[in-house]
Amino acid sequence: MARIDLRGIAHSYARGPAPEASYALKPLDHTLEDGGAYALLGPSGCGKTTLLNIVSGLLRPSQGALLLNGEDVTARPPEARNIAQVFQFPVVYDTMTVFDNLAFPLRNRGLRGPEVRARVEEIAGLLDLTGDLPRRARGLSADVKQKISLGRGLVRRDVAAILLDEPLTVIDPQLRWLLRRKLKQVHESTRVTLVYVTHDQIEALTLADKVIVMNEGRVVQAGTPQELFERPAHVFVGHFIGSPGMNLLPCTLDGDAAVLADRRVPLPEGVAARARAAGGPLVLGIRPEFVRTAAPEAPGAIPVTFGRVEELGRHRLVTAELGASPLKLKLPEGAPFEPGEAAWVELPAEWITLFADGHAVR
Amino acid sequence: MDKPTNQRAWLLVLPVVLVVTFSAVVPLMTVVNYSVQDILGPDQRVFVGAEWFRKVLKDPELHGALGRQMVYSLAVLAIEIPFGIALARLMPKRGLVASLGLVVLALPLLIPWNVVGTIWQIFARSDIGLLGVAVNGLGVEYNYTAHALDAWLTVLVMDVWHWTPLVALLCYAGLRAVPDAFYQAARIDGASRMAIFRHIELPKLKGVLTIAVLLRFMDSFMIYTEPFVLTGGGPGNATTFLSQYLTRFAVGQFDLGPAAAFSLVYFLVILLFSYIFYTAMTTSRREEGK
Repeated sequence: MARIDLRGIAHSYARGPAPEASYALKPLDHTLEDGGAYALLGPSGCGKTTLLNIVSGLLRPSQGALLLNGEDVTARPPEARNIAQVFQFPVVYDTMTVFDNLAFPLRNRGLRGPEVRARVEEIAGLLDLTGDLPRRARGLSADVKQKISLGRGLVRRDVAAILLDEPLTVIDPQLRWLLRRKLKQVHESTRVTLVYVTHDQIEALTLADKVIVMNEGRVVQAGTPQELFERPAHVFVGHFIGSPGMNLLPCTLDGDAAVLADRRVPLPEGVAARARAAGGPLVLGIRPEFVRTAAPEAPGAIPVTFGRVEELGRHRLVTAELGASPLKLKLPEGAPFEPGEAAWVELPAEWITLFADGHAVR
Repeated sequence: MDKPTNQRAWLLVLPVVLVVTFSAVVPLMTVVNYSVQDILGPDQRVFVGAEWFRKVLKDPELHGALGRQMVYSLAVLAIEIPFGIALARLMPKRGLVASLGLVVLALPLLIPWNVVGTIWQIFARSDIGLLGVAVNGLGVEYNYTAHALDAWLTVLVMDVWHWTPLVALLCYAGLRAVPDAFYQAARIDGASRMAIFRHIELPKLKGVLTIAVLLRFMDSFMIYTEPFVLTGGGPGNATTFLSQYLTRFAVGQFDLGPAAAFSLVYFLVILLFSYIFYTAMTTSRREEGK
């Protein structure tokens, strides 16, 4: 179990003195609490794998310090840290049996015989690998190999944190769900700090207690899935989280309300004033889930033209036009609207997030 | 579902079959033909059946040459394979040094084989050769023209110099194919350098090593030019290997019958050993695959 502190960590892959622009990871401070399940979520190239490799010791950061339980381990190699890592590519030692694979980290650290056997069987039971123990590791399917990789991390009693770098990418979709559940179970029973890197928000939102959204080397927002969904701190989070993401409509202010396509839209209290103070271009964000249809000419309602309608099972996703901007909304199945139709929608104030220069104004 | 059969595809193979027939099969059959006849003159041939085979297989000089050849091939394999693997592991994965290293490593392979023999013949001379003079200067008595052991060592060193780069290049390519994740995972598992070699690198190199062993075995078993230019088979017949012995028969003495018989035996011996090596190295892989 361990608390991981990141103090001013930054990294550039350039050699010698590195210009600001080449930093893959901009300076960041963060704390990962003991026993938590964290997800590092972000698009490709945002620096999440770099950060993971810094935590595990495979990469030495250009700047900053990493603390494990208060101890500075920045200079320590991975084998001296109590950290395990599972990679995107399933790593198993082909020539050994599954049992020997799981025993490998223990034997390398000098444990022998009955102690090794007891621990390996315990972990194999936890991961449903007991039947596979005597088999050769070569030729097993990808999901079993990833379980073995995870097992090799869990088998060490002193392991402080398990880092996973997009481990489910190579797994078949139907097995992915099972493996995610197994991972959650393992975390709940062992309470090891878990750091999970992914670009798939479903994985992040279902696995983690806290999600850290990254973009272009910076941490954009860190919070629970609920917080990220309902109260995004940045345009990027609004857009990235959610399927589809948040609607982002450029707007202006008129007194206490926002103005969209010449219509006034009420805002939560005090937001307009704070937005004026913050300055910068204004964007009104609202999730498709919260856009509601309204009666024509109702107060606060806006005229739109319905465009494409996609059937998504229990609801329909409608892409409408509000002035010049697209507006997505979700309607229940069987709602009587057709493409090309003119309609009215209202944007409830409690679900509106106003962004000034990209940052949320609350 | 029944796969449709199309016999016309055999016509596509026909040109290759013709070429191979004329360039390989027909000459081979000619050799078989000679091996069962006594050729006294251009038009005088007598069928002698298996007489040449019996004579050749009982020849004590042949046994000597075969023994020397076996020792040579095994020594070559024993030195070059581990040395090649070690060289491949020393090379960095990428960068300028790796590229330069590969070029330098490949240079011995580019030299024509008789030139290789000539280089070492002069290099190892105890009167004017750099190596010969240096070794003698250090106090060790060294003369490859006079002492059999010195001749053997020189021939071996020459072969190692000439052919280890092939093994090293093959193993380097094999090592480059191992994904980084394996090394990273092994580091995190606390594996020692030796354990990484045993459990990750060696298994991944198995395919490449099969090729390297087969190639080196076959080539060293057939070796002719380099030792011939270096020592001429001497001193005496200390470094006369099988191919040189055979050539002496066919070209020197023009005794085509026994030479042809010997050629066939030679061919079959190489075939047998290659088969043994190949089966040994690939059986374990096939078992695991099941």
